[in-house]
Amino acid sequence: MKSLILKTVSTTLLPLLILFSVFVLLRGHYLPGGGFIGGLIAAIAFILHAFANGLDQTRKLIRIHPGFLIPVGLAIAILSALAPVIFTGDPAMTGLWYEKDIAILGKIGSALFFDTGVYLVVIGVCLTIIFTISESV
Amino acid sequence: MTIFLFVILSSFLFALILFGLGQQKFQRMTWVASLLPISLFLYFSSFVSPIINGEVFTFFTKWVPSLGINLDFRLDNLAILFTLLITGVGSIVFLYTTQYLKGHPKILRFYTFLTIFMGAMIGLVTSNNIITLFIFWELTSISSFYLISFNNTQAESRKSAIIALSITGLGGLALLAFAVLAGQITGTLSISEMLQSSEVFENHEVSALLMVFIFLAAFTKSAQFPFHFWLPGAMKAPTPVSTYLHSATMVKAGIYLLLRFTPHFQNNSYFFTVLLIVGGITMLYAAFQTLFKTDLKGILAYSTIGALGIMVFLIGIGTTASITAAIVFIVVHALYKACLFLVTGTIDHQAGTRDITKLGGLRKVLLPLSIAGFIAAFSSGGFPPTIGFIGKDLIYEATLHGGMNPVFLTTIAVLTNILMVFAGLVVGVKPFTGKQPEELGRVKKPHFLLWLMPMLLATLSLLFGIFPGMIESLFTHNITPDLTGEESPHLAIWHGFNLIILLSSITIIAGLAVYFLWKPSYKKESSMIKFNAFSPKRLALVFANQFERISYFLTRFFQNGYLRRYVMIILVLLTLVFGIHIFINPRIFLSLKEIKALNWNEIVVLAMMLVSVLFTVFTKSRLSAIAGMGVLGYTMCFIFVFYGAPDLAMTQFSIDTLTVILFVLVLYRLPKYLKLSNRTNRIRDGIIATSFGTFLAFTIIEIMNENPVKATSEFYAEYAYKLAKGKNVVNVILVDFRGFDTMIEIVVLSIAAIGVFALLKLYLKKHEK
Repeated sequence: MKSLILKTVSTTLLPLLILFSVFVLLRGHYLPGGGFIGGLIAAIAFILHAFANGLDQTRKLIRIHPGFLIPVGLAIAILSALAPVIFTGDPAMTGLWYEKDIAILGKIGSALFFDTGVYLVVIGVCLTIIFTISESV
Repeated sequence: MTIFLFVILSSFLFALILFGLGQQKFQRMTWVASLLPISLFLYFSSFVSPIINGEVFTFFTKWVPSLGINLDFRLDNLAILFTLLITGVGSIVFLYTTQYLKGHPKILRFYTFLTIFMGAMIGLVTSNNIITLFIFWELTSISSFYLISFNNTQAESRKSAIIALSITGLGGLALLAFAVLAGQITGTLSISEMLQSSEVFENHEVSALLMVFIFLAAFTKSAQFPFHFWLPGAMKAPTPVSTYLHSATMVKAGIYLLLRFTPHFQNNSYFFTVLLIVGGITMLYAAFQTLFKTDLKGILAYSTIGALGIMVFLIGIGTTASITAAIVFIVVHALYKACLFLVTGTIDHQAGTRDITKLGGLRKVLLPLSIAGFIAAFSSGGFPPTIGFIGKDLIYEATLHGGMNPVFLTTIAVLTNILMVFAGLVVGVKPFTGKQPEELGRVKKPHFLLWLMPMLLATLSLLFGIFPGMIESLFTHNITPDLTGEESPHLAIWHGFNLIILLSSITIIAGLAVYFLWKPSYKKESSMIKFNAFSPKRLALVFANQFERISYFLTRFFQNGYLRRYVMIILVLLTLVFGIHIFINPRIFLSLKEIKALNWNEIVVLAMMLVSVLFTVFTKSRLSAIAGMGVLGYTMCFIFVFYGAPDLAMTQFSIDTLTVILFVLVLYRLPKYLKLSNRTNRIRDGIIATSFGTFLAFTIIEIMNENPVKATSEFYAEYAYKLAKGKNVVNVILVDFRGFDTMIEIVVLSIAAIGVFALLKLYLKKHEK
């Protein structure tokens, strides 16, 4: 699918979509969104880029193998789940919250880190599966 | 006491550090691994004197408080006995192995699993929460699996490991069942708190079930008849493993469990009767089997089973004297059996064989080792002045004064002990005496650790035998009252002339007679083989094979590899379920009042849906069918948006996009035109799909007539902001209320990605070749 229009658009869309996915991730706790949807949107952004420019271009752009996002995401999720055990002695997965509001983001808590973990895992999983399949057929 | 938690978990951290060292570096400094058991031994030793004075050390922190599962550890008299055994024998085995497996290419893996095992074992005996006890219990089984299959290139090792894992795993499940059931009826998962409701264990309607579960757990782990057969198989492991796991510590976990719960069951006579019978059968059966083995480790395996049988038997007698005897015997057995195993290991290491018919006269080369072997054999046989003598005295004391039929109990105890004398002598004495056979070749002198370590254990056997007061003041003096509520009998080497001394002498003389008259040989070993057809092992294997066959058949029937078949099975089944439900119990009615008129945007979306469905079904091209499916998915998103589920709509939208992309990727390279299924198939599929859709619609109408239970959704709506500070209820549920589900889901996703990657990449590589 070497279409000039798609190519041009995808280059512009990629950063926008990724920004949007982060936006969806961050607002998830208050408004529709969250790590899962955010991750899917980010994955779609990269896949769109791959469709327009070819997989090799996208791989060059990402630099690392998307599979590496999986352990990173899992680690963030697990650490955020264990944070209360380590810091406050509460059972795992107790929500920890930073008292003051932070500009733009609102309240920051362990749930946001957990969601970030989910976000990364979803990107990693989608891209790994789709890149692998598209290379193999 | 936070340090206590660290101590319990230190083995697991240490294993990780060892692993981090890497094989190369570790090979040059294998002694490092021994530092942990030695320092743990010293650490636990420091608790001995306060614990003797009646202190109990506890550590408590919440883990999953909502389920009553906590990190709750308790170091009392019984626990300290076991921790000292575990770390003490552990230190010796760790040091011994540095030479025994010197230069072995997988030595790092060996030490890693051995360290994990030690940690699991310490956790097991110090857990006061029955669920954590279960977790550590299973960890010992798992680490044992890896250690038995250490020589994983041998099919026999792998098979033995699987048998051991399945038998002890079965017991583990029983332990979990016991834990849950006991937790339900006593209302606590803390073992010490359960004691306060001990009448539950006696009179509750499920107390019989509780007993079945705890017996299954203890008997499988401690290799009681008819579950004993995994233990001889486990001898495929390197000898240090057999020493440590399969004689001195892990197999005693079952004994530990029984001892720990003896006070809970103290008024339940069935509990003790079953133990008496099973223990009695096991000890006699296993002791008898030792006559027919030629492999030193085979003999030791069966005499270990016999010894475990004696322990169960003693607990089963249920008197103060017998519990004391059981506790002393745990120490006695750990000392002499570990010693005999290490002696066997050294013989094997130096002479290259463990075959008793080929061994003899080794005392010239292995003099210090032979001394250790002799002492251990004497302790095993109950010769004075070893600790074994006192252990045997106590056994007779228990059988003579306890139980319903002292004569019968004493007779089988004497018979078993005679055979144990024989087994001990064959392993500890025979290889060293007589003439050295020609075919044995030159036997080199061993590294000093290879004889010093068994010697250390032998010395302890002797030392405790001469000063039995040490065992009494350290252990029995406190443990027996803990378990029975009565003072323990006094331990001494000489009680004056009485019936017990007479029995002891008879045992020793008869044992010597058997030793000198009965020579183990292949002929005798093979004479037993014809009974194998009826052995529990054979039955278990037949069962396992049939089980595998049936599961294979079932799997192949349902999972034939065609996606269309899976979908068809699922849809047909669901259609039947819905259909039968509606047929039996029709409650479908539509009240026109409650139905709102469609508005324009809904009509448009529905029309789009209908068109895309028809297009998908009737198009001739794969890609356009996929596109049609995509449109259908997107229109569904509109429905979600109309009815107030924006999260769902967003997810559906992204997922649909990805699905279409995936399909396109796969189908892109396939021929352009569908090879359509034939007419009959299409009609069949059409009927299935239409009826599924129809019944689903009916079911939904029915559901709408029900009054929905709103408690759950109201709870989430109310508490999402109060408890989790979020306004998006869906997301709060995902990341907070049900965060564990999400955690597991992302793990599943990761596994799926790894699976796809591995499958396709492996396939590619094969292609490239």
